[in-house]
Amino acid sequence: MSKEVFVFTPSTKKKILILGLVGIVLAAIGIAILAFGGHGHAADAGHEASGHSFHWTHRLFADLWINNVYFLGLAIIGVFFFAVQYAAQAGWSSALIRIPLSFGSWLPFAFVLTLIVFYLANFSSHWHMFHWLDHSLYNETLADGSVNPNYDYIIAGKEAYLNLPFYLIRMVGIFLAWIIFYFVMRKINFAEDIAGGVNNYRKLIRLSAIFIIFFALSSAVGSWDWIMSIDTHWFSTMFGWYVFASWFVAGVAGITLVVLLLKENGYLPMITDNHLHDLGKYVFAFSIFWTYIWFSQYLLIYYANIPEESIYFIERLKSDFYTPVFFLNIIINFFFPFLVLMTRDAKRHGVFLKIVCAVVLFGHWLDFYLMVTPGTLQENGGFGFLEIGTILVYLAAFLYVVLNSLTKSALVPKNHPMLQESMHHHI
Amino acid sequence: MERNKNFILGVYSDPDEVVSAVMKIRSNKIKVHEVYSPFAIHGIDDALGYKRSRLPIAAFLFGMLGTLLALTMQFWMMGIDWPMIIGGKNFASLPPFIPVTFELTVLISALGMVGVFMVASDLKPYKKVRLMDTRITDDKHVIAIDLGANNGASDEIKKLLKETGAEEVNEKNFE
Repeated sequence: MSKEVFVFTPSTKKKILILGLVGIVLAAIGIAILAFGGHGHAADAGHEASGHSFHWTHRLFADLWINNVYFLGLAIIGVFFFAVQYAAQAGWSSALIRIPLSFGSWLPFAFVLTLIVFYLANFSSHWHMFHWLDHSLYNETLADGSVNPNYDYIIAGKEAYLNLPFYLIRMVGIFLAWIIFYFVMRKINFAEDIAGGVNNYRKLIRLSAIFIIFFALSSAVGSWDWIMSIDTHWFSTMFGWYVFASWFVAGVAGITLVVLLLKENGYLPMITDNHLHDLGKYVFAFSIFWTYIWFSQYLLIYYANIPEESIYFIERLKSDFYTPVFFLNIIINFFFPFLVLMTRDAKRHGVFLKIVCAVVLFGHWLDFYLMVTPGTLQENGGFGFLEIGTILVYLAAFLYVVLNSLTKSALVPKNHPMLQESMHHHI
Repeated sequence: MERNKNFILGVYSDPDEVVSAVMKIRSNKIKVHEVYSPFAIHGIDDALGYKRSRLPIAAFLFGMLGTLLALTMQFWMMGIDWPMIIGGKNFASLPPFIPVTFELTVLISALGMVGVFMVASDLKPYKKVRLMDTRITDDKHVIAIDLGANNGASDEIKKLLKETGAEEVNEKNFE
């Protein structure tokens, strides 16, 4: 049997299981340190998003939320990448097109996990990860007619958008639409293996174009809801792009890494240095794109110097803990891939590509960490066993689901009309 | 025999034939001077054994020059020579300099590349162009072989060109 279909061997499963178990142990150690180590932070009652004293569960929930959003990004970018290749009628990628597609299999799990973590982080205690969920903010006067000391007119002004029912409708709607798009695309793509011809290909082109438009809008709404609304007073018109760019770099780095690892294990024999070169270009170019968006957001806020906008960067640049992370973020997400992947040879050699992809994948996790943590945990944020552990748990689950989905069909689409072009791809 | 004076030209119609002809000629230890073609032939660079262009290195160096130039210029102007308060910012503050730095990096890199390309390919004003065959601007491909670089083995070369499918084999001499 040639290696046309991915075989999810027991030894691979075991490795992933061990990865997950190590993650659970590390997370448990992290929780034990937090719960019994005595952190000694007093309540910071005056701060915008923390009316209550810090509890270790807050850090766990915020961390789970980061991982949710991050791995959701990897999954949906897989589907988006797939759609872009079809909408552009790209030939080069047709031999590897099922790897990005398989990332989408994480979407249903991401949906369930997001709902669970959203509940835990906001309703399991008096703490709200999303500050706007605090009911006491919205009424000018209390029931007895006296002035409400918690009243926040800025947040009250956003009530038409940021209220729980509408928020949940958006969340469920976006997730369901993404999941349906994924399953329909996958079904058509698999049907092509049996039916041949170009009908399924044409169908996918149309569907991809519709998905791209929907994704452009829905990913922006998702980024406002799931991340930007943490800093409820603050808003940035760049935020949708910013989150998309971060997701996209991480997603393409993930795709490249999976392709490289599959190739190392003898799969995908027709994938050559030329395909890797193109994937490397994606990582390189979109790292620059991410930096462009990151800097545009920063420069506008820096220049305008409006207090309600610059608070976002003050939280991150006037902190003993977040400031080094802030600069680390730009170093490993821009300077590192920019300088290492600049030459042609670096993009064509698996070793460089693998290192850069791994670093960039972590780098963009860090980017989401910086979006979420300062707003939710303020000075109580940290990076330790808990964070590393939860990343490993999510990574193991994600890999298990994706690799399992790869076994469901041939790795290379059998009747893709552009397959010959991909096999002779040469740059 | 003098170099760059006397050439033997093989004229072809099919670009694929040109690629295989070049490979065969080179495997017979004959040096190909150049292939002239109305359009880019895929794979001809590899067949001719051309090394990859070093132009990207020049681009990187000129880009760095542009970055340094832009930063030096702005820090000197805004910080030392004529400090001005703009928007309540520090005299010399990095963020507003980044867009200008980016633009100058691209500009100097592009101009430098054009310059290096002109010098490296010997493109200059009033350069006398030597046209091997007028049909290379229309529908024919020409493999030019410098007799001076191949010890004047003209009969052997002509035979080889015929074998590889050349429609015509001509001689061309420049004074």
